[in-house]
Amino acid sequence: MAETATHSADHAADHGHSSTGISNNKLAMWLFLGSECLLFGGLISTYMLYRGRVSDGPHPEQIFDIPFTSVSSFVLLMSSLSMVLAVTSAQRKDYSRTNLWLLVTAILGATFVGGQIYEFTAFYREGLGFSTSLFSSSFYTLTGFHGVHVTVGVIMLLSTVGILKKNRATGDKAESVEIVGLYWHFVDVVWIIIFTLVYLIPA
Amino acid sequence: MAIIERPDTATVPAVVTPSQAFGVIKRPVASSGWREWLFTVDHKKIGIMYGAVALFFFIVGGVEALLIRLQLAAPDGRILSADQYNQMFTMHGTTMVFLFGMPMAAAFANYFLPLQIGARDVAFPRLNALSLWLLVVGGLILNASWFLGGAADGGWFMYAPNSGPVFSPSNGVDYWVLGLQVAGLASLIGSINLIVTVLNMRAPGMTLMKMPIFTWMILVVQFLLVFSLPVITVALVLLMFQRSYGATFFDVSQGADPLLWQHLFWIFGHPEVYVLILPAFGIISEVLPTFSRKPLFGYPFVVFSGAAIGLVGFGVWAHHMFASGLGPVSVAVFSIATMAIAIPTGVKVFNWLLTMWGGKIWYTTAMKFAIGLVTLFTIGGLSGVTHSVAPSDTQQTDTYYIVAHFHYVLFGGMVFGLFSGFYYWWPKVFGKMLNEKLGSWNFWLMVIGMNMTFGPMHILGLQGQPRRMYVWTEARAGEGFFNLGFWNLIASIGSFILAAGVLFFLINIVHTAKKGKVAPADPWDARTLEWITTNPPKPHNFDRIPVVHHLDEFFHRKYAEDTATHTMKRYATAEEVIKAEEDAADAHIHLPSPSYWPLVLALGIGVLCMGVVYGVPVMVVGAAILVFSVFGWVLEPSTADDSEIDPPSVDGSTKEIAPIG
Repeated sequence: MAETATHSADHAADHGHSSTGISNNKLAMWLFLGSECLLFGGLISTYMLYRGRVSDGPHPEQIFDIPFTSVSSFVLLMSSLSMVLAVTSAQRKDYSRTNLWLLVTAILGATFVGGQIYEFTAFYREGLGFSTSLFSSSFYTLTGFHGVHVTVGVIMLLSTVGILKKNRATGDKAESVEIVGLYWHFVDVVWIIIFTLVYLIPA
Repeated sequence: MAIIERPDTATVPAVVTPSQAFGVIKRPVASSGWREWLFTVDHKKIGIMYGAVALFFFIVGGVEALLIRLQLAAPDGRILSADQYNQMFTMHGTTMVFLFGMPMAAAFANYFLPLQIGARDVAFPRLNALSLWLLVVGGLILNASWFLGGAADGGWFMYAPNSGPVFSPSNGVDYWVLGLQVAGLASLIGSINLIVTVLNMRAPGMTLMKMPIFTWMILVVQFLLVFSLPVITVALVLLMFQRSYGATFFDVSQGADPLLWQHLFWIFGHPEVYVLILPAFGIISEVLPTFSRKPLFGYPFVVFSGAAIGLVGFGVWAHHMFASGLGPVSVAVFSIATMAIAIPTGVKVFNWLLTMWGGKIWYTTAMKFAIGLVTLFTIGGLSGVTHSVAPSDTQQTDTYYIVAHFHYVLFGGMVFGLFSGFYYWWPKVFGKMLNEKLGSWNFWLMVIGMNMTFGPMHILGLQGQPRRMYVWTEARAGEGFFNLGFWNLIASIGSFILAAGVLFFLINIVHTAKKGKVAPADPWDARTLEWITTNPPKPHNFDRIPVVHHLDEFFHRKYAEDTATHTMKRYATAEEVIKAEEDAADAHIHLPSPSYWPLVLALGIGVLCMGVVYGVPVMVVGAAILVFSVFGWVLEPSTADDSEIDPPSVDGSTKEIAPIG
């Protein structure tokens, strides 16, 4: 759905008419994000229920590397800034700069995903497998789902760059970039919640 | 499908020249035969296919129900083993909810929602096709389990720990989990699509409070789906990780909390109840005014009570869990919230009664089914209120009383509403009238059968017959009026009368297709926008997008108030109204072009899911198809370029008036 929503820019954006004044694509993305709130709500609730149930495995405090995750969180938050710059460039029709900022956003996002892979590997070496305990299962499920969302976002960003470069966009280019941006900011906001609830507040 | 409609010119080009300018592979170009259906993005064709799929699964689920009743008709039933019986009631519930109830409502929504708001299609035609094919894939995955080692057997709400590998060792639950995720994805995409359609694509002048009531109820339902489906998706994902990848989310022996599943399931499951019933409410809110020759009584109240039901419906889920030991505060809160939801429902019932009050009632089959809904749903609603009282519910939990309750609201409510819709809108969709005489048989057999089947279950339940008991013995059946054997036999006989009623409907379909009466333009003297076009509608729905001035716009184009007598007097026939629209037809209408991608993408997702059971290589193949089709989809414009389709229009006009594509 994430992919389709961004790329369905060709459907109706080129027709000005809509009862709400918001284009079909943008409205669809907002609805999708509304739905995503409940998805992450369910996953976060599951984690909150199970975070103290560690069985014989490591405790959250024993394995979390707060400084490392803070840095990767900072990287992800900065990607929201570059995303904003991409959107404003697109609205000024400065597409070379749009592409630049989209690439920067994608690189920052990929850096975050790389950090997450490194973190998962480190946790695994310290004895926290996916099925070690209820804590580990719910931790990997929640952060894994978020990581997949970021990865899909990176693919969307790179695809947008490709489509803009080859001039294959149908419809309003600035709006296509903005819709990808909506998704990207949402994924960032979710991470702020996850980082606070999972890493910062002790169980 | 003809891609460009030009009502001015006599010949519509049937063959379309494909283009490789865009997209990965050529566009589908067939305008006839099976390809026309398989690759279509037309909301009407998709609606009809939704209906056909749902009707098929209605029969499948019905046969499962009959087997259950055969097993229970006599003591020590031997038709099914205990294991088969478990699979049967699980799949009966799952099929009826996810593969019949929701898709049939989606069929009506897909077909009529664009017509009722004066649009030429939905907001995202290809996503619409994707929803349909995902539903088909989900249904196939669910039912494939019958042939691949046994179906799911944990009941339709699949409580932990029953769903775990210890109690459900076959792959049935795995297929169930995967099939529901795919069907859920279909509904999520469909709901976003329909909300955008309603909010953005209404005809000029149609404010929200001038929208037909069916469209309103469908809108409420789509919001319920958008916010409830992700929650069951979480539950299904957790269960999948437990069964296939070693997690222990619902494994009590590992310290897990089995109530987690119940909460997640019912946060989805209770809104789901309203997802099933509100479309039926919408249908009869169209049917009752039409056949009472009066406007709907208190339209704003029906709208807002529907919205209130939707809203409160998110806050009552734990009444399914009164017996699980939630604690007195939770129980009290959910008990009161559940009682409160009876208020907007009661408002609706009174609105329907007052719509009929003083009207000139025309007892067509559609009207009979609508009145049947009002009556039977009220009975089911009242037994529902008895469940909201927690002490009483504790007695009734997991007895046949519950089964009686939800079949009164879902069969007496949802199914009767959908049948009312079949008879009301059949002429609109197929251009032929369903036979009223066969319809009468259909209705009366269903009423009698339904009350004989589910009425005695109240008694059985209060006598303590547990739900999902696969066999009962004569020794413990009791005596006299409360003899379990007697009422079980009555219920089983009733179920076959019910099935005979449905059989009459199927006969009616065949009869109508072969020698049904051709429908006039406005067979019911209807009130809403979908009737301002031909039967069946043209591919582009409306020659001109109608301009709306009133609630019940079509009625007001036919009737106006006679100032002398202060009564509504007919000034125009339906044919004249339609003719006026045709005369002012738009010159050059673009419709979205057919596409392979929705079907290919749905297949990719299906293969990907099978990878969970059959291993990583299958998953990789599925993922490859998925990625390929997503990019194919993206690079294909939703409408073929004008120059690719046929020679430029005769008058050289490039004016585009259609709101889509």
